[in-house]
Amino acid sequence: MSDTATMTDQIRVLVAKPGLDGHDRGAKIVARALRDAGMEVIYTGIRQTPDMIAEAALQEDVHVVALSVLSGAHLELFPRVVEACGQRGITPENTLFLGGGIIPDEDAAVLQDAGFSAVFGPGAHTGDIAEYVRAHVPELDRS
Amino acid sequence: MSSKLQEWLDGPYAKATGRFPERREEFRRSSGDALAPIYVNGDDDPLPGEYPYTRGIQPTMYRGRLWTMRQYAGQEDAEASNHRYRFLLDQGQTGLSVAFDLPTQIGYDSDASMAEGEVGKVGVAIDSIDDMRTLFDQIPLDRVTTSMTINSTANILLSLYAAVAEEQGVGRDKIGGTVQNDILKEYVARGTYIYPPKPSMRLITDSFDYCTREVPRWNTISISGYHMREAGCTAAQEIGFTLANAIAYVEAALEQGLAFDSFGPRLSFFFACHSNFLEEIGKFRAARRLWASIARERFGSENQRAQMLRFHTQTGGVTLTAQQPDNNVIRTTLQALAAVLGGTQSLHTNSLDEALGLPSEHAVEIALRTQQVIGYESGVADVIDPLGGSYYIEQTTDQLEEEARNYIEQIDALGGAVSAIEQGYQQAEILEAASSFQREVETEAEAAREGDRTAGHRGRVIVGVNRFETDEESDVEIVRVDPTVRERQIEKLERLRDRRDPSAVSAALDAIQQAADTDENLVPLMLDAVKQSATLGEISDALRKVWGEYRERIVV
Repeated sequence: MSDTATMTDQIRVLVAKPGLDGHDRGAKIVARALRDAGMEVIYTGIRQTPDMIAEAALQEDVHVVALSVLSGAHLELFPRVVEACGQRGITPENTLFLGGGIIPDEDAAVLQDAGFSAVFGPGAHTGDIAEYVRAHVPELDRS
Repeated sequence: MSSKLQEWLDGPYAKATGRFPERREEFRRSSGDALAPIYVNGDDDPLPGEYPYTRGIQPTMYRGRLWTMRQYAGQEDAEASNHRYRFLLDQGQTGLSVAFDLPTQIGYDSDASMAEGEVGKVGVAIDSIDDMRTLFDQIPLDRVTTSMTINSTANILLSLYAAVAEEQGVGRDKIGGTVQNDILKEYVARGTYIYPPKPSMRLITDSFDYCTREVPRWNTISISGYHMREAGCTAAQEIGFTLANAIAYVEAALEQGLAFDSFGPRLSFFFACHSNFLEEIGKFRAARRLWASIARERFGSENQRAQMLRFHTQTGGVTLTAQQPDNNVIRTTLQALAAVLGGTQSLHTNSLDEALGLPSEHAVEIALRTQQVIGYESGVADVIDPLGGSYYIEQTTDQLEEEARNYIEQIDALGGAVSAIEQGYQQAEILEAASSFQREVETEAEAAREGDRTAGHRGRVIVGVNRFETDEESDVEIVRVDPTVRERQIEKLERLRDRRDPSAVSAALDAIQQAADTDENLVPLMLDAVKQSATLGEISDALRKVWGEYRERIVV
């Protein structure tokens, strides 16, 4: 797939809730906002294992994997999702990994090293998230 | 003075103060005569402690005793949480409220693969009676009441609590507290369900039945609007959806042959208090009146105690901001004040740092002090329902009651709360309300970015987030959960499994599994299993084998 194709194709986003946390207001609001911004959004629901998320990302051939956790388990769970995705050829080079939830700044830095290009916390504007996705998906290597 | 008021003063009020004297002999303003317990406008005013309880459920309310100050706490393991509880009790807190971690809430032991990353995070990890014994070490269970936020595994935690109390020499008839035990709102909003609705409802009616006979001071359920409100619903929906769930529990218990007036007094409720100060006060008054009429008219109640809506309140977690976190103290103060003016029986005030992570001990202390200042300094607790009779408060109360009643009718038309949840009705309504709230906040943010200098005339202002922003870095310390908690829990589990009698454990688990398919009450079997040192995960698995697991109906 060429860069031009990526830009004209509809952007496909997987919104997922890894772990046991049931606070899904943020995940659903972001899913809706990205859909309203013209993207195709698949929402997994809560209590997903890293393998379930990676499998869904593979099946749906998404450009973006957006994870939300509010239970404080992000440092354990987010990198494991990247790892499970990596086993299926889904990497930060070809897919945008985004994080959201109650995530302290110093943890956001750790997650960036683990392959997350951005972390959005409480008070984030959904329009900014959509804009971020639109700006960064064309930079992915989807070949 | 109206004759009705005089009758009330001579009757229920005199009786109540005769039994329990008020906090002071007289309550006064800074100048002037002693305050009356209640102020009325006319002869028709409903009085406190009288149906439909709009002005409060007791004749003396906070003049007799302040609300219970009950801070929700729990983290890491039983040792760490026990330390926090003893700190809170030393600081003048009057009841305990236990936060469990997600594996405990969803029926996984700390060593289960699903528990990875979550052990000890949002609350304390409890795997077995060993943890429970440590959790309440040096806390006398005959003198403290304990609220446990636990739903799918509520009967297991109740069994553990009763077993530990017994070890302390405190009988089941002497322990007091509450289990949340409200599974329906878990399907709607909070997400800690395990089993499908039908067997889950049976676990709840088992606890109603067991506690009515064996644990008479225990509140068997705390029917909760809090989490639906946090997920985004409006104040009217919060009352409507919560009372519709309450109706479903009552109907399930009636089907089991229980009598409303016998288990009704042990139903309790739990609401959020958000930032629209006067609307929230009206909400609590409306909820009381609506439940009283449902109890009487729908369930034919003749027992006053079964008609009184008693509730716990927590200030609105979702209203806290990560930006300028000190402002959260002010938000929480207003919300706590509204809960008190609305007549709450107990209150949790959130800590200023909870949009950033777990609360620090210092932040928890400020939150508790907030309640103490309202209770002991502000004077609002010195007269009953001081805002009753305000045109605006009364009309808000009427209107919220009406709107909530309409939601209950809609849920009835869908076949009741369980069926409406299965159809995704409440979930869709909540998401709609949450989306509309988000649009208002973002519209305001855009107005600010476009240079519109009049705050709030296009959208909804969140101070410090979409208006009045600063670039200052927050200096809130982030509380970290010790990453070795899971390893330590796993070691404890290994020791437990080495020490216990395996045949007694498997016999106890088999008994539960076999009873799952029958009408036998499961609580005594769980009590037996926890005493044999069966773990929470093992007991939950015994039931999973028979009942399977619920799969979420995804609404986006």
